[in-house]
Amino acid sequence: MSTHRSIASRLWHDRTFLWACLIAANIAMLVLAVLIISIFWQGFGTLSWSFITHFASRKPAEAGIRAPLMGSIWVCSICALTALPLGIATAVFLEEFAKKSRFTRIIQTNIMNLAGVPSIVYGILGLTAFARMFGAFGTNLDTAITFGNQESLFYFRLPFGSSVLAGGLTLMLVILPVIIIATQESLRSVPSSLRAGAMALGATRWQTVWCITLPAAIPGIMTGAILAMSRAIGESAPILVLGGLLLVFNTPENLMSDFAILPLQIYHWAGKPQQVFHYLAGSAIIIQLVVLLIFNGIAVLIRQKLQKPLQ
Amino acid sequence: MTAETPIPSTVTSSSTAGPQVTIAPARPSVQGQTLAAAVRETAIKVRGFSSWYSSFQALKSLDLEMHAKHVTALIGPSGCGKSTFLRWINRMNDSITGARASGTLELAGVDLLSQSLDVVDLRRRVGMVFQKPNPFPKSIYDNVAFGPRLHKVYTRAELDELVEQSLRQASIWNEVKDRLRASALSLSGGQQQRLCIARAIAVGPEVLLMDEPCSALDPKSTLAIEELIETLADRYTIVIVTHNMQQAARVSDHTAFFFEGHLIESGATEEMFTRPKNKQTEDYVTGRFG
Amino acid sequence: MLGRQKSVAARTLRERLIVAMLALAATFSIFVTGTIIVILTKETLGFFAFPDVTLGEFFGSFEWNPLLGSEKHFGIWPLVSGTLLVMAIAASFALPIGLITAVYLSEYASPRVRSVLKPALEILAGIPTVVYGFFALTVITPMLQKLTPAFGSYNAMSAGLATGIMVLPIVCSMSEDSLRAVPRSLRDGAFALGGTRFDVSVKVVIPAALSGIVAAFLLAISRAVGETMIVPLAAGGIAQITANPAAEVQTMTAYLVQIFLGDAPATGVEYKSSYAVAAMLFVMTFALTMVGQWTLRRFREEYD
Repeated sequence: MSTHRSIASRLWHDRTFLWACLIAANIAMLVLAVLIISIFWQGFGTLSWSFITHFASRKPAEAGIRAPLMGSIWVCSICALTALPLGIATAVFLEEFAKKSRFTRIIQTNIMNLAGVPSIVYGILGLTAFARMFGAFGTNLDTAITFGNQESLFYFRLPFGSSVLAGGLTLMLVILPVIIIATQESLRSVPSSLRAGAMALGATRWQTVWCITLPAAIPGIMTGAILAMSRAIGESAPILVLGGLLLVFNTPENLMSDFAILPLQIYHWAGKPQQVFHYLAGSAIIIQLVVLLIFNGIAVLIRQKLQKPLQ
Repeated sequence: MTAETPIPSTVTSSSTAGPQVTIAPARPSVQGQTLAAAVRETAIKVRGFSSWYSSFQALKSLDLEMHAKHVTALIGPSGCGKSTFLRWINRMNDSITGARASGTLELAGVDLLSQSLDVVDLRRRVGMVFQKPNPFPKSIYDNVAFGPRLHKVYTRAELDELVEQSLRQASIWNEVKDRLRASALSLSGGQQQRLCIARAIAVGPEVLLMDEPCSALDPKSTLAIEELIETLADRYTIVIVTHNMQQAARVSDHTAFFFEGHLIESGATEEMFTRPKNKQTEDYVTGRFG
Repeated sequence: MLGRQKSVAARTLRERLIVAMLALAATFSIFVTGTIIVILTKETLGFFAFPDVTLGEFFGSFEWNPLLGSEKHFGIWPLVSGTLLVMAIAASFALPIGLITAVYLSEYASPRVRSVLKPALEILAGIPTVVYGFFALTVITPMLQKLTPAFGSYNAMSAGLATGIMVLPIVCSMSEDSLRAVPRSLRDGAFALGGTRFDVSVKVVIPAALSGIVAAFLLAISRAVGETMIVPLAAGGIAQITANPAAEVQTMTAYLVQIFLGDAPATGVEYKSSYAVAAMLFVMTFALTMVGQWTLRRFREEYD
């Protein structure tokens, strides 16, 4: 006969495990609380309206984040405008058009791999492909082919150099896999009976996608896209590869302008030995978090507004 | 058999002047009609038809004829191939990888298995109603207008009229006329299914395929759909797959019994249910198996 | 009949054009991977073409000293060791806590607790990594220094913990997804046999969700390896082989940051060495992702 494990011991295991759970879950909450409190503690004092409107300065009291804030907005807009169409098109092709073949399986595996590539590697790709264009136009910006006046809004040159366009396209590479995967999941959650219904009425595949599947998948796609964008706005490593820590004293004027971004400004200040720059970093982080909070708020709103019940 | 008669003036009074709106007249009950007297024009012709999913043969050499403007019921136990067959008539099986077919399947003389067949045009001519109501997450109006908009360009008034006409034919107009802009998902299950029928009708098909259209509905909604099928049979060739023997007996003119991919027996519904020639058919219709 | 017929030819043409464009978009991702591999290979070969660099030294030497001193050394192991040390600290923090939190969320927590904990984890997941770097430098390191004076102002422990906090939400949400995918019936079965909640969670649900949990772990580890903005701020810049969490270390990514911040001329051997390091980093994370993918496919239990 085997011996029975005592009920008391089993309940003890149960109890202990529950405690472990509670502790683990509370660590996450505690860390978040400490993080936010410490940042506000350090950053709140130097936060002011002039901090947002001033350009960078050697004197901490006059320093501001106008250039990096505008740079982040430019870069992220370019990133969104390129990554969204490309990512959604890829996902639509894989989910709605491609037959299950070797080719599509390779693309699928490849996208999962791209999602795991460290962002700094994308920076190297962006530096070579966008900023320098493989050296096809010489190694120096002096030999670049230019179009239009340098001050005009439509100024354009090849190669792009360390410009907002190169930055935006590099970030596009980083978040593309995220958008593709989110869109695919969202398309998969659209009931197939809706597709069948449209096809049975004589809709072509594209008409089905455009009129039925995509509209039904929009809440999921938008949520995924905004989460991807909040990653893009906090991403700094690829931009760092592209142009180092650019100290810029004006806001971008066209696609070829130099730029700074908020996370790299934070990095720059955080890396300085003087305490006062840490306070500035803290203030910049508060602005960054507020922007992120707005992004996430919009995502939640879209989820609630657009999520109609589908059977 | 005249399907189109001018609509009574009381009905058109609300709509603006335009082409005459037509609806089907009430259809005499099936029992009251002798089939021999009706026009028997073959709509769908099936000869030596077989189909496969990869290596599995789902249908084995079927021979069948379905008459225009009659209701043909396909019955048989689950997995017998009746739904597969239905989905070949509008080529919905095209989207299933590994599905293929051989033999003859013709709609009014057109080869439905041809590689060069325009399936979009075919599906305009052959409408389909599914097992579970599947209205699009759009307004009631947009659901009905979806199909027509795919194929033609309409003026606003024309489209309004077509939507009304289709909803009337599907006997749901009176329930939804005041809330055409409301979401289709706000309707009850039975209403949703009638909306799906209206949606299919709006494209102007010759044939309506119904894949167990009442299996997800309560008895009252089922009755409404069955009555609707009877009225629609004056204008459309209807092929209905059903699990429900009473339903087949109530709504159909012809019945075909499928079993394990074979077509065991087909014929006039009355004959099939009262004097089946085949033992398996008899066992099935009397409820001894299936 | 109402309406005017639309052109079939136009419809067919439009359909073909759109499919071609979508297929082109899908091929772009292959193109991206291809370009990354070509660039890293080409530049790494360029690095090994320098007379004072050999493949033997790269993998055989235990000294990495490309910038300072009269004699330069290019042995990758100090950077790999620094990376692994930070990764190990991050993993030993994030994996157990993440998994236990996931079990708690999926098996124990009431909807009210979930509604607090889930958003908290989502916020943690959305915080930029540079913020964690700042947090490590200004909060974790001073706390460690209060604990014991052994910790300097740069140390592996602080960077590792911050990286661990960063990957915690990944471990937690991915593990929870796979735990929740285990069907109710399996749990009911185990409860019906007289299992306690602990028995059911640990002996039935976790094994059933193991492939997803392992994939989550591997993804978190690969993120920790590729993490770039925390380590240069908190771990310092001395490339050395050590297992001491209080020591200052340099990771592969931190070296890349150091180079690209402009300490070296763009044509020199130091600059080119960054591509060899990046190639190594790419190979490591690529291998981790592939193993994760393989685990998911190979060991996935299909329930329906």
